[in-house]
Amino acid sequence: MNLPLPKQAATITLDGEEVAFTEGETIYEISERHRKQIPTLCYDPRLEAFGGCRLCVVELEGARNPVASCTTKATPGMVVRTATEDIEKHRKTLLEMVTSENRELDVDSLRGYASQELTRLVNRYEARTGRFIGAASGTTNTDDKNPFIFRDYDFCISCYRCVRVCAEQEGDYAISVMNRGFHTQITTEFNGALRDSACTFCGQCVQTCPTGALADKKAMRAVEMPGEIEKTRTICPYCGVGCSIDLLTKEDRIVGIHPAMDGPANEGALCVKGQFAFDFVHHPDRLTTPLVRGEDGELHEASWDAALYRAAEGFRRAGDTHGRHSIYGVASGRAPSEAAYLMQKFIRVGFGTNYIDNCSRA
Amino acid sequence: MSNPLIDMEKPDVIFCIGTNMTECHPVAATRLKKAIAQGAKLIVADPRRIGLAELSDLYLPLRVGSDVALLLGMAHVIAREGLIDRDFIESRTTDSDAFLEHLVEFTPRWAEEISGVPAKDIETAAIWYGESGKAAIYYTLGITEHICGVDNVQSLCNLALMTGNIGREGTGINPMRGQNNIQGAGDSGALPNNYPGFQPVIDPANQAKFKELYGREIDLDKGITKVTALDLCGEEIRAMLIDGENTLLSDPDRVHCEHALRSLDHLVVIDIFLTDTAELADVVLPATAFGETDGVCSNTERRVQRLRAAVPPPGQAKPDWWIVCQLAQRLGFTGFDFGEPKEVFNELCSVSPIYAGLDWERIDKSEYQWPVPDKNHPGTPRLHEGEFVNGRGIFSIVRYRDPAETISDEFPVWLTTGRRLQSYHTRTQTGRAQGIDYLLSEEALEVNPVDVEDWGLRDGGWCELSSVRGSVKVKVKSTNRSPRGTVFASFSFSDVPVNILTGSGYDPITETAELKVCPVRVDPANDSRLET
Repeated sequence: MNLPLPKQAATITLDGEEVAFTEGETIYEISERHRKQIPTLCYDPRLEAFGGCRLCVVELEGARNPVASCTTKATPGMVVRTATEDIEKHRKTLLEMVTSENRELDVDSLRGYASQELTRLVNRYEARTGRFIGAASGTTNTDDKNPFIFRDYDFCISCYRCVRVCAEQEGDYAISVMNRGFHTQITTEFNGALRDSACTFCGQCVQTCPTGALADKKAMRAVEMPGEIEKTRTICPYCGVGCSIDLLTKEDRIVGIHPAMDGPANEGALCVKGQFAFDFVHHPDRLTTPLVRGEDGELHEASWDAALYRAAEGFRRAGDTHGRHSIYGVASGRAPSEAAYLMQKFIRVGFGTNYIDNCSRA
Repeated sequence: MSNPLIDMEKPDVIFCIGTNMTECHPVAATRLKKAIAQGAKLIVADPRRIGLAELSDLYLPLRVGSDVALLLGMAHVIAREGLIDRDFIESRTTDSDAFLEHLVEFTPRWAEEISGVPAKDIETAAIWYGESGKAAIYYTLGITEHICGVDNVQSLCNLALMTGNIGREGTGINPMRGQNNIQGAGDSGALPNNYPGFQPVIDPANQAKFKELYGREIDLDKGITKVTALDLCGEEIRAMLIDGENTLLSDPDRVHCEHALRSLDHLVVIDIFLTDTAELADVVLPATAFGETDGVCSNTERRVQRLRAAVPPPGQAKPDWWIVCQLAQRLGFTGFDFGEPKEVFNELCSVSPIYAGLDWERIDKSEYQWPVPDKNHPGTPRLHEGEFVNGRGIFSIVRYRDPAETISDEFPVWLTTGRRLQSYHTRTQTGRAQGIDYLLSEEALEVNPVDVEDWGLRDGGWCELSSVRGSVKVKVKSTNRSPRGTVFASFSFSDVPVNILTGSGYDPITETAELKVCPVRVDPANDSRLET
């Protein structure tokens, strides 16, 4: 094992306070640890720092101009000021310019996990001044009829987080940047629909978008629904990776899914099933009442009492007539462990056999 | 998995075999992609040119069911080239001499003849894996769903043992579990050979423990597997309780399976939908679903995590644990008076050594990977560090065997089955999620373009796919993902029940079905009513 050698902790001066850092840390990361709340728009902690939005600039003594804190690695002895009057004024002006190009500023939080970032900063810097009213950049794609991802580029601020998350986090490289400057447009190869690209509809672009320009179409169906959005942490119901998710609910309905950025298995990632295939829960096909087969050979609705009586009687009769080895239990690989534990206990306590299995063999 | 998911970002060499990870475990695959971006080499062995193969540095297109041959050939090269880890073998393993002797005859040339993988590529794969200081193996059902599933797994273990690629960061033997709580179902003791926590039922100490805990005598023999139970339906087996499994579509040999379930005197199914299986039941009991149920699950890296209810269930649906308790109480069984899932989970922890350090509160933040033997234990992200559970790692002497059925004049094509990104299992859930149809609305048999031409098929047209057990009609999709002579279909769509065809054989030890290999015939279907 090569353990790092103990050495004198390196420090920088951050807003007048001497703070330690580890080699490789950026000024932004150190500032985050010290709760400086430096504003950002192009930053996603899971991605390589980009340095595009310029909101995170700080004053660095000895540097001619302010530097982007997200891309500047700390070196011993640096003297950094994160929120001088000049810096804050610069940030407000930048936000005024960014917002001048967007159709509107207040988007519903159901659009995506990070969709409120721009709105929050505009409010924090009181940047709704309309100083730079002008042309809007970005054109919303209304041709893409996919049911999951709304490509509402009127709200795009060209932070490239979507392009970067698709490449760096997902490794899919489905979307890219077309044109430059004011005419910058996020697009797919050949400028077509997402379905015809390498897109896997994992939804990561939606969840990292800081303006709601990429939005969760399924969740947006609930925008008009009454009620507050509540979040509940749970685990995705599909494969065995066990991604942590936050269920978004309004009243008694699941209206959307946010990936849990601190989920240990997924660290914010999801796939198309975990992100979008949640609404089977409210499907009208759900069984809502016990069913018992009648003398006519059909299944009929029954009370719990009648159904449990019938279910129990069948096992009792089989055991009495054919012995305890005539009864077999199959536990679910989808239900919680409590169900599997009790299924095996039911067979082992009830019949004294090991006639229990789960669905892992096929 | 022997190693945690985070280790997937750390190997120098990644060997994926029998796993279509970008479709079946897409989030795990994102970690592999990061390792690749950082310079790791990827070796992919799969009969089909799947997404992972496109990402690989070396692709080994083996014939379905020939994994043992490929892996023996690789082991041969590792031994021949002196790439074995002698220190590890001496300090951590046993039976290495017989194993190394056994390998001598299995040259890459021999392996090529059986697997179809060029000998020079087998050499390269072996040398990359053997030379790497940090090589990790990932596999899924492409390894286990064969009559030689155990042999396949043991062949992989042999590779890891001979090179010391186990028990360290970025190494290991890592099966990816397919369902959200299939690991937890095993952890909880829903197995014919193990009590909760994988305590063997044939161990007298365990028998005594559970006799005491459960207050009754329990069989001293292992139970039978579900596969055997289905074979005995209507004979020894007369009544079955099935919780949340669509046996009819997911299990092999659908005709046999339906006959088995129909011949029961009594079938009770607990589920959230009226599945094809539930349709056959005498009693169907409605369960709460994802988002409606509090509980616990274990993921593929043995991480024990909380499930939380956010919305009420529809109608009178009830949690599975409640349903089983009610049933037990009506039969007069004792020990089923639980009031909430927390009590059930805490009882499970109290009887299972691997959960002994856990309880409902401690798993709140998903921090623990079992085994967690006591309350002061931090959990075990990485297995086999320092020593193996059973002491020493044992090399297995494995020989290649043909699949249960091999191609013939009558059935000249290999069919292999699996899953797709956009659908999950038998689509009971994804088939009822709005929008999924836009991406995948129907099943299609993947056929190599040259075969499409040679067999008189048409891309987008229909064909009849037949095995010795039956036949199904399915649309044809022309794609280079399928090699010549091998076709692929998923088992997701109930209108294309490929499990009518499969079911040629079972692994003799695990009784896992050979779902990955089935000789078939592919004929054009000219039935105009089926044309779209």
